[in-house]
Amino acid sequence: MKKRTISVLLATAMVAGTLAACGGSSAPAEKPAEEPAAETTEEAPAEETAEEAPAEETAEEAPAEESAEGKVLNIYCWNEEFKSRVKDHYPGYEEVDATHGKIGDVEVVWNITPNENNAYQNNLDETLLKQADAAADDKIDIFLIEADYALKYVGTDYTMPVADLGITEDELANQYGYTKDVVTDANGALKGLSWQGCPGVMIYNRAAAKEVFGSEEPADIQAKFSDWDAFVASAKELKDKGYSVVSSVNDTYRVYSNNVTSPWVVDGKINLDPNIKKWVDDSKALVDAGYAGTHDLWSDDWSKGFYPDGKVFAYFGPAWLIDFCMAADTEGSIANAGGWAATEGPQGFNWGGTWICAATGTDNQTLVADIMRQLTCNEEIMTDIVKKDNDFVNNKPAMEAMAADESYGDAVLGGQNALGMFCAGADKIVMDQITIYDQGCTEEFQKAMKGYFEGQQDFDAAYEAFCKAVVEKYPELTY
Amino acid sequence: MEKAKRGKVVSYNKWGYFFLIPFVVVYAIFQLIPLVSTIYNSFFENYRSGLTQVGPNFIGLKNYMTLFTNGDLLSYTRNTMIMWILGFVPQILVSLLLGAWFSDPSLRLKFQRFFKTVIYLPNLIMASAFSMLFFTLFADSGPINSILISLGIFSAPYKFMSHVWSVRGLVALMNFIMWFGNTTILLMAGMMGIDPSLYEAAQVDGATATQIFYRITLPLLRPILLYVMITSLIGGLQMFDVPQILTNGTGDPVRSSMTLIMYLNKHLFSKNFGLGGALSVLLFIITGIFSLIVFKLNTSTEK
Repeated sequence: MKKRTISVLLATAMVAGTLAACGGSSAPAEKPAEEPAAETTEEAPAEETAEEAPAEETAEEAPAEESAEGKVLNIYCWNEEFKSRVKDHYPGYEEVDATHGKIGDVEVVWNITPNENNAYQNNLDETLLKQADAAADDKIDIFLIEADYALKYVGTDYTMPVADLGITEDELANQYGYTKDVVTDANGALKGLSWQGCPGVMIYNRAAAKEVFGSEEPADIQAKFSDWDAFVASAKELKDKGYSVVSSVNDTYRVYSNNVTSPWVVDGKINLDPNIKKWVDDSKALVDAGYAGTHDLWSDDWSKGFYPDGKVFAYFGPAWLIDFCMAADTEGSIANAGGWAATEGPQGFNWGGTWICAATGTDNQTLVADIMRQLTCNEEIMTDIVKKDNDFVNNKPAMEAMAADESYGDAVLGGQNALGMFCAGADKIVMDQITIYDQGCTEEFQKAMKGYFEGQQDFDAAYEAFCKAVVEKYPELTY
Repeated sequence: MEKAKRGKVVSYNKWGYFFLIPFVVVYAIFQLIPLVSTIYNSFFENYRSGLTQVGPNFIGLKNYMTLFTNGDLLSYTRNTMIMWILGFVPQILVSLLLGAWFSDPSLRLKFQRFFKTVIYLPNLIMASAFSMLFFTLFADSGPINSILISLGIFSAPYKFMSHVWSVRGLVALMNFIMWFGNTTILLMAGMMGIDPSLYEAAQVDGATATQIFYRITLPLLRPILLYVMITSLIGGLQMFDVPQILTNGTGDPVRSSMTLIMYLNKHLFSKNFGLGGALSVLLFIITGIFSLIVFKLNTSTEK
């Protein structure tokens, strides 16, 4: 009898063990609660507001003092860029370790998930969908989004209108108009703010320019690349000296895709804009003539041109590419030696940009609003960002003042002050053709066209492959 | 007490069930329930677009219709099988040869243990890490191309990742390197199980080594060969990590190295449980059919 009881016990223990393991812990217990008493008192109002309409929420939350707010500020982003902006420029931010910081007595938790394979958005989506049920200190307070998928979040109730945070339109008057258009939802509510503007320029290699064209002055080079015909003619000269005009044809993609007249999707049907088709045709010609490669953006082959041996003449990109991506900190890179220069190139364009969104249900509204104000509206701080990080900030007077400042120069660009060029570009940016499908369409289009450029299939087959891949990602679309 | 006594006889049988509980529970939770729910899900329209959930709406067999009408299923099945065969044929040949050498006492091979360990080692590396390594090695400006150019074999870098057969070949090569050690160990175990007196008798009768191999080793090895083949086939149909990492999830060029599971993975982007479920069910059926064919072929001639 005894044996039997024991065996039954053991068996049940085993089963219970397996079951328990399956159940898993749905609530991530990452952060030890600092003050359990305070936490319980906070939780109740936070949960309440989450269920109410946004309008009521503000009415209730507005008088709340900072002391009544959460003790943990959760920030979701995909790289170190925003973190370094906060660390260097937000007053009162102290770094604790790589993923933690402190503002006053609020603990800042950085949840950094890389963009690769959509990991950032997958993680963000799952957490946002659970936002309403999460404990107050686990709720996302701030998350960052990019232009390509901004509408995916802006169009939902998961983002808070900036007005509800108490930020008025007057405070935003100095920002570039397009940065507001991108994150404005269908009802006209502004749902995010950006500290940067992303007008793009053509960033060329000074040494190569001198060798091939006999001059490294932006004005002379601009004359050589004033339109796409001149671009191709100059590409030939470069090829004769062993240089690729751009690392990959994907480099010029944004220049075309930002000057489109129709969106990627019209009435649920995939649509090919004439200007995108022009990119395909021009790129095919470049590849066939051997003027440029077909590498994927961000691949090792693509970034070989950041070093002199890569033999790449130019990249197209905005300020963040110059400052953040071109290996400026690596010894031996062109950027490290200040060997790049900027010119407008054949056409103005915009690429990327990061917007700060407040997540609905945040328990740190005052702090979130203050971070947004300081980093996107405070002219002094924004001027500092330009000086320290060479970013192009979203503040017209600050940028115009800096553009006129003779003493300012970007070390990566060999001391050139390219801000005037960026300012002119930023005024012209129009972002009226964006859809929630842009990111998927852009990625799949570049992938699919690679086969066409390399001659493995004709355009129609490549286009069909693109449509197929897009429908896999967005099953509601047709083609 | 009498009741207990009588029960004691029966209770011995019960032990078996007790010991089965862990397996049955684990099987039910991790295999049976997912299997049933996959089949159930395959009849629904159920995906997420952005942050908006669509469905689940019951749509009957529409997911299956979609899969069959767009023709992708066939081409991805073909890709998968081509890459599997390309890797499996050399794998089984090399393994048979190595197995025969290792299990032949008359060869008196030295350092057997060492070599057995070495050929098994590639299997210990994570497939994704191995794939990443090959990706870097065979990049347009990677070391292999540099070597080939400096040797004067090519004048310009050969774009390994842009040609159908080089990508398929690399996938097959990786699968071969990773799995031939494992197969060798299995076949060797089978060969060692063969009664040595048969070999001795054959030698006494004057049979050559080749005759011994074809007349004795191979026929007696059939059960192990069958096992190796079925497991490899099922593994092959589920090929995913190597091509996925090597082609960065695209299955390029022109999706010629896209396997069935990579295609399934594509539906994960939109959390498309309906279409993904239908594809999984089909894959389950295909795997079943293939396994049955191989099983039938190998057992039918046995007396």
